[in-house]
Amino acid sequence: MFKRISLAAVTFAFSATTSLAATNITWWHGMAGRNGEVINEVAQKFNESQSACALTPVSKGTYEEALASGIAAFRSGEQPNILQVFDAGAATIINAKGAVIPAEDLITKAGYSFDRNAFIDGVRYFYADSEGKFVGMPFNSSAPIMYINDEALKKVGVEAPKTWEDFDAVAPKLKEAGYIPLVQSQLTWQFTENFFSRNNIQFATNNNGYDSVADTELKVTDPNLQMMFEKLKAWKDEGYFAFYGAGWNDNQKVFEEGKAALWIGSSGSFGGLTKTAQMPFSATFLPYWGSIEGAGTNSFIGGAALFAMSGKSDEENKCVADFFQFLTSPEIQYFYHKSTGYVAITKAAYELAQKDGYYKEKPVAEVGIKQLLLPAGEWSKGYRLGFYPQIREIMEREYGRIFSGETTVKDAFETIEKEGNELLARFAKTAG
Amino acid sequence: MSHAGHSSSPSPLTRGEVSAADDGTLRPSAKAGRRWPAGWMTGSSGDRMDQAGAKRVQFSSPFLPYLFLAPQLAIIFIFFYWPSAQAIQSSFYLEDPFGFGSTFVGMSNYADVLKSNEYLGIARFTAVFTVLVTFFALSIGLLLAVKADGVIRGNSGYKTLLIWVYAIAPPVAGLIGMMFFDQHIGPIVKLAAWFGWDIKVGLDYFDTAFAMIVVSVWKQIPYNFIFFLSGLQGIPVSVREAAALDCRSGTRRFWTVVLPLLAPTAFFLLIINVTYALFETFGVIDVMVKDKAANNPITLVYKVYMDGFRGNDLGGSSAQSVILMAVVFVLTIFQFRFIERRVHYN
Repeated sequence: MFKRISLAAVTFAFSATTSLAATNITWWHGMAGRNGEVINEVAQKFNESQSACALTPVSKGTYEEALASGIAAFRSGEQPNILQVFDAGAATIINAKGAVIPAEDLITKAGYSFDRNAFIDGVRYFYADSEGKFVGMPFNSSAPIMYINDEALKKVGVEAPKTWEDFDAVAPKLKEAGYIPLVQSQLTWQFTENFFSRNNIQFATNNNGYDSVADTELKVTDPNLQMMFEKLKAWKDEGYFAFYGAGWNDNQKVFEEGKAALWIGSSGSFGGLTKTAQMPFSATFLPYWGSIEGAGTNSFIGGAALFAMSGKSDEENKCVADFFQFLTSPEIQYFYHKSTGYVAITKAAYELAQKDGYYKEKPVAEVGIKQLLLPAGEWSKGYRLGFYPQIREIMEREYGRIFSGETTVKDAFETIEKEGNELLARFAKTAG
Repeated sequence: MSHAGHSSSPSPLTRGEVSAADDGTLRPSAKAGRRWPAGWMTGSSGDRMDQAGAKRVQFSSPFLPYLFLAPQLAIIFIFFYWPSAQAIQSSFYLEDPFGFGSTFVGMSNYADVLKSNEYLGIARFTAVFTVLVTFFALSIGLLLAVKADGVIRGNSGYKTLLIWVYAIAPPVAGLIGMMFFDQHIGPIVKLAAWFGWDIKVGLDYFDTAFAMIVVSVWKQIPYNFIFFLSGLQGIPVSVREAAALDCRSGTRRFWTVVLPLLAPTAFFLLIINVTYALFETFGVIDVMVKDKAANNPITLVYKVYMDGFRGNDLGGSSAQSVILMAVVFVLTIFQFRFIERRVHYN
């Protein structure tokens, strides 16, 4: 807390000295720890690069808290210029027509050209409207990837699995050698949303919710998804998969300690894992099912995007456009990629990192971006679903019940679909 | 203090400590073994009579008392009545989070909430949780207070050790509790494993509920301890000694003399503890479920937070908080009408 106050004081003092002639803009975000510090560094770099605008970043806690504060502020007319909104909250803000100025409109209005193709495929659609226009500016992007305990695989003498069938084959050997073969950190993001995109299966009606808010329904009773969770449950019972609840870190911990052989984490976990892992590790793509036709497509981005809130003066909007332009420059993208582990979102930044030899030095850092660059499929671009944070909570609840034996996979997905559809219908009413 | 009447011949010591008050009634003097400052506790016997004198204070202007009351009334209005009115209003609407438009939906938010099995399950858990937390926090607090009251040597040391926990903020208490119950490093988990109980907080509904109740009770014991101890020390020595002459059984004296005299304190604490279990355990629960409720037990107030602040469903969340408000209202009326009747203040 003290740190946050002093940080705020420093940024305030900083903005006070530069604000004499400059236009002040604010940026609310939901990052903490090292990632929060990097945001301050990015803002400082922007402020030093020009004198017309002064950007002040403010941490609002977690992603959920940032969104809640942004909404509350908007209702009372005190909204920041830029609000960071996470993947699950995308529908909430994008469907609130008039709350934000689409990033693409803002940038072109400020006189810059905007090239959608400059962005990496997996990044391009998630925060865009159904015509592909960028509403949010992708910022910190991550992909679910599989981290590998090199020691464990070497000891057992097996290759890292590419498909879940491969995993089925190596799991008994890993278990025999005394390892927990598999752990994961977020069943919703890694085994549901990205299951659909990695295996190229439809997640929801109305083009995964992109085309219309009304009458959108989940398709989570999909037999393949049920098969995935039947498998996870069976693996857990066999001792091939361990589950420590919905908390991210409880599941990551056994991998850090070298007790687990494989861990599904985030490409953004890379920076932290380098410090905490007690064994050499590498990474590869999130596995898919070889048995599903058309599987092996790219995953869509996780993480968050920046939204320009409406109701601000033209000068301020120009500054926001300047900042978005600055943010997507290859140098800043590369800096952010290196400091945090989040993937670069533009092709130019990716090329810069390649040219610089960064991936030769740290091949793990490239896995996430490579996975986003895999060929896209019809259903691999993500979803646009209202009240999605609450739908995720229903999923977390039912998944917990599957593994504690309180429910069956079939019943769990029927409940998720029923309650999820009720929420979607409610959302359609609020947005209608 | 009907029991005091039984001692027809007070001992010389007792008589020395009872003095005639100005209004002619007998009351215990300040010396009467009260080691805690009198009057800092609501409903402590004795200071009610002092208040009778205070009523006669004259104000020079009829508006002055209202002026003095104004800050308190303003706070109650701004932080309670106004938000309550808004909650009631928005519970009848479906509103988009950013406030662009809202549709009047009548009672449908309430209907959606009340016909949801999940909500009813959470309500059931909240009831069980509240009863257990209140019961254990009160009884352990009382037990410790009675024992600490009996200790003569080094009693301030014991008291300090028992009271300091109260200075911990609920989220910190939750954090410490969570460390004790951590799946990987928790000492309580290891202890339980020794007895063959595999505690899995965050995974197993029952285990998580157990951990939540233990931490919530632990957090509230010192508060109850402070009030019970001061209540005990507010019981005049004369009464205790008179009781000691009449009855040799300490347990029986406790149930027939000490506990009835503690009733005002206990009643006050009952209300406070029920409110604590319903609302203030939020911090403990938030830390225990680590921001992800999943299949873990949560209370009604946490559900309000999840739907309103995380899910941005303002209408549904408002309906839930109005229901919660009504429940607390009914509960408080019940407590005052049926339980307080059995409480004798003086």
